[in-house]
Amino acid sequence: MVGPALQVGKNVIVERKDLQQLFNALSKRGYRVVGPTARDRAIVYDELGSVADLPIGCTDEQDGGSYRLKKRDDQALFGYALGPQSWKKFLLQPEMQLWGAKRDGGGFQVLSENEAAPAYALVGARSCDLHAIATQDKIFVSGEYVDPSYKSRREKVFVVAINCTEAGGTCFCASMGTGPKATLGFDLALTEVLELNRHYFLVEVRTELGAQVLREVSHREAREEESETAEGLVKKCSERMGRTMDTTQIKELLYRNYGHARWDHVAARCLTCGNCTFVCPTCFCTTVEDFTDLSGQQAERRRRMDVCFTMDFSYIHGGSIRSSARSRYRQWMTHKLATWIDQFGVSGCVGCGRCITWCPVAIDITEEVHAIRESQLSNAPTISARR
Amino acid sequence: MITDPMLSYPYRIERVLKETYDTFTLELEPRDAAGAMSFVPGQFNMLYVFGVGEVPISISGDPTKQKTLVHTTRAVGTVTKAMQKLARGVLLGVRGPFGTHWPVEEARGRDVVIVAGGIGLAPLRPSVYQILSQRDNYAKLVLLYGARTPEDLLYRREIDQWNRRSDIKVDVTVDRATGAWRGNVGVVTTLIPKATFDPSNTIAMVCGPEVMIRFTVVDLQRHGVKTENIYISMERNMKCGFGFCGHCQFGPFFVCKDGPVFRYDRVKDFIGKGEI
Amino acid sequence: METLEPILAQHPFLKGLEPNYLKLIVGCASNVRFNAGQYLFHEGEEANQFYMIRQGKVAVEIHAAERGSITVQTIGEGEVLGWSWLIPPYRWRFDARALELTRAIALDGKCLRTKSEEDHNLGYELLKRFSNIIVERLEATRLQLLDVYKASP
Repeated sequence: MVGPALQVGKNVIVERKDLQQLFNALSKRGYRVVGPTARDRAIVYDELGSVADLPIGCTDEQDGGSYRLKKRDDQALFGYALGPQSWKKFLLQPEMQLWGAKRDGGGFQVLSENEAAPAYALVGARSCDLHAIATQDKIFVSGEYVDPSYKSRREKVFVVAINCTEAGGTCFCASMGTGPKATLGFDLALTEVLELNRHYFLVEVRTELGAQVLREVSHREAREEESETAEGLVKKCSERMGRTMDTTQIKELLYRNYGHARWDHVAARCLTCGNCTFVCPTCFCTTVEDFTDLSGQQAERRRRMDVCFTMDFSYIHGGSIRSSARSRYRQWMTHKLATWIDQFGVSGCVGCGRCITWCPVAIDITEEVHAIRESQLSNAPTISARR
Repeated sequence: MITDPMLSYPYRIERVLKETYDTFTLELEPRDAAGAMSFVPGQFNMLYVFGVGEVPISISGDPTKQKTLVHTTRAVGTVTKAMQKLARGVLLGVRGPFGTHWPVEEARGRDVVIVAGGIGLAPLRPSVYQILSQRDNYAKLVLLYGARTPEDLLYRREIDQWNRRSDIKVDVTVDRATGAWRGNVGVVTTLIPKATFDPSNTIAMVCGPEVMIRFTVVDLQRHGVKTENIYISMERNMKCGFGFCGHCQFGPFFVCKDGPVFRYDRVKDFIGKGEI
Repeated sequence: METLEPILAQHPFLKGLEPNYLKLIVGCASNVRFNAGQYLFHEGEEANQFYMIRQGKVAVEIHAAERGSITVQTIGEGEVLGWSWLIPPYRWRFDARALELTRAIALDGKCLRTKSEEDHNLGYELLKRFSNIIVERLEATRLQLLDVYKASP
């Protein structure tokens, strides 16, 4: 079952029937395999027991405020775009304990926790989401301070990326330069090819670890025409994006237009429900809560994901800095597309389109940018934000 | 070396001082050597009351006396009200120090004008201490301090001591007064025209409510101080203190790590715009 | 007797005023002095003059029945007290009490109003200076109104 010597950078072919071996190889190495599965009429990320748990033959129809699963007329394993969840579910964690403490006379003793971080194998990671992980790495791993739990999970992660061949109704990774072809953050990248009498995967081996795992999966070297076929599918996908966004000088555009009337327009629709924040793969804000038990003897500090759309988010004594819906939507969008660039050197938006799909009132971030661009305040002063 | 920046280190309350009816000062020392920290003027700590919660509070102590951590706090919310009730000997959790510092080094050789409003004097006090400890390195030193009423004045004994010195000019005012107050009445900006300093060679440090900061900066500019020589300290909701939780964002800046001390010209495009 | 001209010229309020205007108004000027605790004027009285404070400190007060006397502002050296002489009905709206020994130049309002009607240029020079003070005072008062140090939960 073991294939020929593998080299990093090589393309190989794995037949559909052999894909389960990849799952086995990962489980054998102690990875918890997580990936897309159909549940509750959506494709979510959860633990996968086998290839059979993938949403085989499923596709999705997405548009502003609309998501429907449909049956395909083939048995593609990855024939859909993105569901509402992203990998931050596993790396950043929606909710977790930071530490616990117990009372100790007039003081307290922090109890150390030594739970080892799980090792996840992310199967079916899209390029946009990989860019999102890279941006969160900048925040939580590469800076002056490190988040220990994110770091330990991140270090253990094995990534099987998927090069999209099916563009989503709200996708615009092509505009953001984040896909559909995966170029970073993976060990193996698969492109699914379905032909009349063949179903196979072109696999790009990116890391030594990826090569080691793939050695336990039946494979052979890819022929040139197979590589070209796969590449052609991905290229066609990039031309069929559901949305586009003009990112020319977008940071300066939004910095100049804090006072634009369009913010009132979107505020009239926005429910400040925060769905966009929940589904966005780069949104990282968290809040910290301190709890105590009824006796007051034990306390714990917990962290959970937070949403900048709440009144609480910007509250200081006396009131919230951003109390209007207008200011809160503006905060989210200008952070995502403008101030993020000054903070982290890249855009906060990876063009995944989830915020468009999952907004209950179908607010479309690409449409908002377009509207501001078309009617921008022409006499507003240029803003600079040297840090 | 901070391994987990969310972990609070226990500090023992060595002394509790009541400053005014709602403001108090705690003097803290680390329970063990591992928790000791060194700080510079302008920085803040996240202070944790067991089981109640955590708040960001500026350090208000003497940077030449690093052994003791001093915090002056106003009891306005759940955590600070609980903190107000703590007695000597109780342990507080401390994380930090975080944030940027006042330009005490940059101000060498120049006049220094410190304008404080209300509790804003607390984060500025370490600068006053530090400058006084190396007084020869600076030209004129002016402290302008405004509070709501005479009963709200902080650090009264120290202000008297500073008043008696010839190497610092202290001017105090209150927004309104009744009874025996014989000092100035009026907002703190009214003290600026009367102060003596060379605006072309001055570093100004301003702290207080944001409205007061904006008015003060305008008046300092009117008197010839350039915005690249004016430094302010800002406040925002903070949950972590080091740029992870996202709560303290102000335009592109994280007030916890790009601030709380900002050079005014860098933030002037965002200050004064509502709800940023 | 030495005239008050040089003293007038030195006060910040009249800085830059041409010497011939100074001569015009010196006739309306007189040297005054108040001991600590002495009232300069009371609310409701005829407002016939304004004061250029040379030394000392004056509290501008309002008497609110149940709250007693509240000081809303203090005026000190180099500053100007009083503008009720500028507009009818020419009556003081506040009390003014010297907090410490205070020396000032008092300028007769009726005298100045008459001379300003005769020479509009003088009137303009005076009003330019007063509007500066009034604007600054208004800004400061607005900031005071905001009560920024008030604790809110």
